[in-house]
Amino acid sequence: MAANGNMTPTEYISHHLDPLQVGSGFWTFNVDSLGVAIVLGIFFISLFAYVGKKATSGVPGKLQCFIEMIIEFVDTSVKETFHAKSRLIAPLALTIFVWVFLMNAMKLIPVDFIPVAAGLIGLTFAGSAAKGYVGEDAGIFERAMDHPWSYMKAAPTTDLNTTLALAIGVFLLIIFYSVKHKGLGGFIKELTMNPFNHWALIPFNLVLELVTLIAKPISLSLRLFGNLYAGELIFILIAMIGLWQLPLHFAWAVFHILVIVLQAFIFMMLTIVYLSMASEKH
Amino acid sequence: MDINATLLGLLIAFVVFVLFCMKYVWPPLINAIEERQQKIASGLEASELAEKDLEQARSQADEELKAAKIKAAELIDQAKKRATQLVEEETQRGHAEREKIIASGHTEVETERNRVREELRKQLAILAIAGAEKILEREIDAQKQSDIVEKLVAEL
Repeated sequence: MAANGNMTPTEYISHHLDPLQVGSGFWTFNVDSLGVAIVLGIFFISLFAYVGKKATSGVPGKLQCFIEMIIEFVDTSVKETFHAKSRLIAPLALTIFVWVFLMNAMKLIPVDFIPVAAGLIGLTFAGSAAKGYVGEDAGIFERAMDHPWSYMKAAPTTDLNTTLALAIGVFLLIIFYSVKHKGLGGFIKELTMNPFNHWALIPFNLVLELVTLIAKPISLSLRLFGNLYAGELIFILIAMIGLWQLPLHFAWAVFHILVIVLQAFIFMMLTIVYLSMASEKH
Repeated sequence: MDINATLLGLLIAFVVFVLFCMKYVWPPLINAIEERQQKIASGLEASELAEKDLEQARSQADEELKAAKIKAAELIDQAKKRATQLVEEETQRGHAEREKIIASGHTEVETERNRVREELRKQLAILAIAGAEKILEREIDAQKQSDIVEKLVAEL
């Protein structure tokens, strides 16, 4: 659905970029990111756990083959990069890879589908909540887009909260692994005595190392968010140009198949690399 | 695009998913994969071993076949030798038999001839005596000259 008479392009774009929120101030919850992410996570865990429960070491079924391909891919990546022994890294990498991939993949759903569907559901079950910018005489889709529920976004990774949550999780693990493998003293020493091993330069070192440390989660989250948000923006712009959107949307979506997998892979790989750096003694 | 409590919610969700993955997803799947890898490895090893065994059995069979062939050739050789020996022996025996038979024939013939000769001599003597009797009948008594006749017979 292109921008229609009742919506300026700006309104249309911001409508698609604004999340569906509940609450106020800091205690606002982005229902769309949270909901979709959790549903996809549960889907991932239950699918994999189901296959894992039925897994046979004999001749595997097709689904098991597929799951095992992913597992083996992640396992190889982890083994190549992370040399210390840990029961956590491989499942962590698998979770990140599959979950981020699934969340990214939601972008392939055309931008208007979910908002319109959510708006229609909203109209049906909570019709009074409509904002009332369009009259009763407007088309059903326009009225649906007018409903607050239509702010539902499909891809959670286009929300900075999602990517930052993942990155902070990884960041906490980086600190945990650093302390675990180097000891608290070792970790502090690494922060203060690098790169210049002199007591007078401790403040300077600290600033440098803290920037290095903080840059890890920031870059991790902003990379994923930036890529996906920009891609989403292009999808929205394409959706506004009328009939030409069909081939363009197709081309952009095909290109995004690559972006989706690549970004999930990069996030996983960087997580492994950061954690292996944290757990290696210099 | 504000940072808000969604972050906390997703962080908790992330931790929970990772824990679930660690407990219920990763171990059974990676175990299945590793078990299968082991199975395949041992299968390959077994097949290699079997191949080696087969090779060994084949070479052993070859050797045995060769030995059997040599043995058979030996046997045939021996048999041939024995056959020629037998033939030779038989021939020799035949020769000897023939000689013997010929020799015994000779003796028989000789004996017969001697007998016949004796007979003939007797007959001739009788004939001579008869002739002489006929001659002497006219002149002398046979009994008186019989000693002469005897002497004659002995001389013959």
